[in-house]
Amino acid sequence: MEALNALFVTPFVEIFDAPWFFMEVLTGGLMAGVMYSLVALGFVLIFKASGVFNFAQGVMVLFAALNFVGLMDAGVPMILAGIITIAIMVAVAFAIERFVLRPLVNQEHIILFMATIGVAYFLEGVGEMIWGTDVRPLNVGIPDDVFFVGDAMIQQSDLFAAVVAGFLVVVLALFFHYTRTGRALRAVADDHQAALSIGIPLNHIWVIVWSVAGFVALVTGIMWGSKLGVQFSLSVIALKALPVLILGGFTSIPGAIVGGLIIGAGEKVAEVYWGGFFGGAIEEWFAYILALAFLFFRPQGLFGEKIIERV
Amino acid sequence: MAEPLLKVNNIEVIYDHVILVLKGVSLEVPEGGIVALLGANGAGKSTTLKSISNLLRAERGDVTKGTIELNGKTVHNLTANDLVRQGCVQVMEGRHCFEHLTIEENLLTGAYTRGRVNAAVKADLQMVYDYFPRLYERRKSQAGYTSGGEQQMCAIGRALMARPKIILLDEPSMGLAPQLVEQIFEIVKKLNKEEGVSFLLAEQNTSVALKYADYGYILENGRVVMDGDAESLANNEDVKEFYLGVSQQGRKNFREVKHYKRRKRWL
Ligand SMILES: Nc1ncnc2c1ncn2[C@@H]1O[C@H](COP(=O)(O)OP(=O)(O)O)[C@@H](O)[C@H]1O
Ligand SMILES: [Mg+2]
Repeated sequence: MEALNALFVTPFVEIFDAPWFFMEVLTGGLMAGVMYSLVALGFVLIFKASGVFNFAQGVMVLFAALNFVGLMDAGVPMILAGIITIAIMVAVAFAIERFVLRPLVNQEHIILFMATIGVAYFLEGVGEMIWGTDVRPLNVGIPDDVFFVGDAMIQQSDLFAAVVAGFLVVVLALFFHYTRTGRALRAVADDHQAALSIGIPLNHIWVIVWSVAGFVALVTGIMWGSKLGVQFSLSVIALKALPVLILGGFTSIPGAIVGGLIIGAGEKVAEVYWGGFFGGAIEEWFAYILALAFLFFRPQGLFGEKIIERV
Repeated sequence: MAEPLLKVNNIEVIYDHVILVLKGVSLEVPEGGIVALLGANGAGKSTTLKSISNLLRAERGDVTKGTIELNGKTVHNLTANDLVRQGCVQVMEGRHCFEHLTIEENLLTGAYTRGRVNAAVKADLQMVYDYFPRLYERRKSQAGYTSGGEQQMCAIGRALMARPKIILLDEPSMGLAPQLVEQIFEIVKKLNKEEGVSFLLAEQNTSVALKYADYGYILENGRVVMDGDAESLANNEDVKEFYLGVSQQGRKNFREVKHYKRRKRWL
């Protein structure tokens, strides 16, 4: 009885007693979710275009952020550091296409997946070799005051991250739908054999999509690094993208966004209101349980592309 | 005689380094011709087309002997992308439209090798719609939700958008109602006449293919066992027995249908 009370009654009473505090928890969670969304977005791009489950996405976030903060610490102006980092990520995309994807084309998906694990360790190692393992604070001038909506306290930096993420998604959506390259990317995602047959060069497409994912990784890395400092644990936090993907569907960009928000908000709310009952730290595993539960009801994910079954 | 547009010279194809599928296939497609490649399921028709379009490598197949020439130039080492640029596009068996793209987007991707969507590409889009009015009606629908016939039209239209000299058309009749098959072959013939596109078409449906082609090759077990102009193949006793499956009486009907269609086409 006591347990039921703690599970089903007390938390809701608390929510109704202090709605502003609940709002605060919720927005905090949503904003953390934006970060998950961005990592998941990188996964989805690559998965759609090349069918590769890119284990290295999280490390790409770290690697991009490391280069960026390293260059800035070395005295390179911010804009230039950004441009150089983008160039580095494009170079990484070329290298991955040339030395990983091209030799392994037509191999089983699992082999490509393993290759991306290799890429992850390689990037992590190179990053560490060049820039060391210290936690580096990153300041790109994102406002970090707080403001109040009613009685709920909101971080300006969180809001800023959300706006940037939203902007990024809109730009990507426009790119995918209204440009020749974007159309080709979607064509490859649908049927790469057919894409080959009409003369779309898969190699170029892969370079483009890994570059875009690298760019998304940089944006994510900057946002996250500003909040937590650039450190190696970034690549681990990025693993939260997996439950986000299960929730949102591996092939859906809106799914990645909404999935990230749900996971972010869900785990914060669960931690604050139900954490005590489970002895705390449920933030660590809540996302995975949520994703598992979801898997039972909608295996293709929230927005997973409808599997068109027709001959 | 003029140099043929496409010349396949005694090619041998091996899959996975061990499975020998084509054992010396030769054929020619003249400029402006429609050539049928006939044979039962598994004879090697698709493999022949894929060796020409260089899609074979993506399936771990390899041309180990012989040569393939397009316009007198060897194309064996080109990528599929180069080949499309040189005017040779394949429409794969089973259509392979991009399901989640609309019909119009499918057609536009066909022009990928031509660069930006400029006036010429837009004009060709209109041309495709003129040949396939049905595609115009369905241009906003996702290809995955259109019918088999519409998808076949979409696949042919998409290939046309690359402005090819020759289209390798693999089993366009597959899974379509007879009436629709006729309709599609009529359009193929029209494209051949009016746009000057040559066709190499692989078909199991021998009767309809021979009706529209000028010349035919019959493939059995990875070898060409017979070739000749369409008329003589259609009248050959063996072809009739094994590929057309018509009795004396049936043949009469077949010829009547043929004449009827022919009249209709010229009206
Ligand atoms: N990717 C492949 N790997 C191995 N064998 C193949 C492959 N594709 C086709 N084959 C074999 O090659 C033969 C010819 O196939 P195909 O060219 O598809 O014939 P058709 O198009 O005339 O039906 C068949 O026996 C088939 O099993
Ligand atoms: Mg076939």
